[in-house]
Amino acid sequence: MKTYDKIIFELSRPGRKGYSLPTDNYDTDGINEIPADLLREKSAELPEVSELDVVRHFTNLSSKNFGVDTGFYPLGSCTMKYNPKINEELCALPEFTSLHPLQDEESVQGALELYYNLQKMLSEIAGLEEFTLNPYAGAHGELTGLMVMKKYHESRGDHKRTKVIVPDSAHGTNPASAMVAGFDVVEVKSKPNGSIDVEDLKPLLDDTVAGIMMTNPNTLGMFETEIAEIASLVHEAGGLLYYDGANLNPLLGKVRPGDMGFDIMHINLHKTFSTPHGGGGPGSGPVGVAKHLVKHLPNPRVVKDENGKFHVESDNQEALGNISGFLGNFGVMMRAYAYILSLGKENIKNVGPLATLNANYIKENLKDDYLLPIEGVCKHEFVFDGLKDKSTEVTTLNVAKRLLDYGFHAPTIYFPLLFHESMMIEPTETESKETLDQFIEVMHKIAKEARETPQLVKEAPNNTIVRKLDETTAAKNPILTYRALKASEA
Amino acid sequence: MSKVLDDRKYADSHEWVKVDGDVATIGISDYAQHALGNIVYVDMPEEGDEVTQGEDFGAVESVKAASDLISPVSGEVIEVNEELVDQPELINNDAYANWIIKVKISDPKELDKLMDAEAYKKITEE
Repeated sequence: MKTYDKIIFELSRPGRKGYSLPTDNYDTDGINEIPADLLREKSAELPEVSELDVVRHFTNLSSKNFGVDTGFYPLGSCTMKYNPKINEELCALPEFTSLHPLQDEESVQGALELYYNLQKMLSEIAGLEEFTLNPYAGAHGELTGLMVMKKYHESRGDHKRTKVIVPDSAHGTNPASAMVAGFDVVEVKSKPNGSIDVEDLKPLLDDTVAGIMMTNPNTLGMFETEIAEIASLVHEAGGLLYYDGANLNPLLGKVRPGDMGFDIMHINLHKTFSTPHGGGGPGSGPVGVAKHLVKHLPNPRVVKDENGKFHVESDNQEALGNISGFLGNFGVMMRAYAYILSLGKENIKNVGPLATLNANYIKENLKDDYLLPIEGVCKHEFVFDGLKDKSTEVTTLNVAKRLLDYGFHAPTIYFPLLFHESMMIEPTETESKETLDQFIEVMHKIAKEARETPQLVKEAPNNTIVRKLDETTAAKNPILTYRALKASEA
Repeated sequence: MSKVLDDRKYADSHEWVKVDGDVATIGISDYAQHALGNIVYVDMPEEGDEVTQGEDFGAVESVKAASDLISPVSGEVIEVNEELVDQPELINNDAYANWIIKVKISDPKELDKLMDAEAYKKITEE
């Protein structure tokens, strides 16, 4: 088949149309009522195409997509698990899709019930008191959680707590969210095995510390075994513990962040609870808190009265304020709700163990060819430091590109920054042993190619629609619009 | 194998410093440029800015990562390498010839805390 590589602007022909508008039955021409200085001087250069052009264009483009529905997607730290189709069916129900956020409470009881129930389920899974589902994504959840932390200290009249401690192995969003929330970030070092160095933490804990942000298992997929001690040290110093839910998947139904001593956490519904993400859909970052912090959760909040009716409360003065227009990304909540109900309380306990088993199976099978810097049982993901045999000068980037030739999505590369050639692999629980075996076989094959025909790996990808990209030029001189492309060719 | 030059001192965060009188010329080591990969942007301070030993004065961005530049000395920035604005890749070509800033040193004693080439070589070979 011929490779399709058109931009829709290239199909454009002056005057070609894919629509016919009905006759205008109104006397007034709305456009005359817009002040002249707000009108554009030149008409927008939109593509002028027929309906068939549009259909062919996007059908062709869609066949180039790679997603979890087309192949294995071991992108570490992203939990690219399969998103069951029943989620989509349920959230496409017209009773939900035609709702409006400004509708009267009485007429949206079902939607409010879903919000309330999901909030309760997440609280039970997390071991916390209550969740707000309002934040739109993970980093938004982090910001919300940190605003709860700030509000808590301020409400006690404690204004000197300006610092948030973040491990050097944290996801980049942690220090970024802390800065946006108005805190100063203090870094705590990790030990060679990637876990937090308690001895390094101790001297940092004083009455200027608002709290600590942690991921457990950490970025290397290792469980922080000293979490109980860390929790009591931070609490003794008057700080709060924030749990970044990015790595919640391996703990699902087994271990609860609340029981580990965490006071605040966010969950990425789009990771752990199977909703499409990574360009495939919007996210949702619910934030849960321990009992003493519930009053600071953002407005609006969904509450249930003694008659079983649901209400939206928007005027809590102790709340940190509003962080969203309404009640968050409702479609994502519906998918997560469907996922939790489909699995049920018993089966959800299998998610973590199976995700952990799959990750360890790949790790143990590949550590002969790939450098495993941290031995031991990992959780849902692990990190290789590139190929074991460095003499071939085949890098992690080369291996990742070569994987594309074999029809697999690449793992996360060059993160975490603790190693030079990081390759972070997370298979998730939804993959079969056959798929894992195919991946292992291909990874061995690439290691062999690196030894025997390194040039082949360095030039990869060879079979993809777009070949190896010039990343340096792309970063230095990005061409982001068709107009800029035309100008660059002129 | 990355290059380490004997005529300068090094910080454990991989910056080098070459002292001439009370002026310190600062850049990043060959090891650092190699670890970063293709550099696409160098964020530099302005002339007249104060830098402090152990604190960041800018950042280097590569296709792989962004990394803070930590100042090996304290003092006032007297010159920045304008060539790096349009050609950050010069650092990849030769990390020792293409310095980033020059600083008028305020406390020469701070230099004692830095490593000599021999000690730095050991770190990069680990």
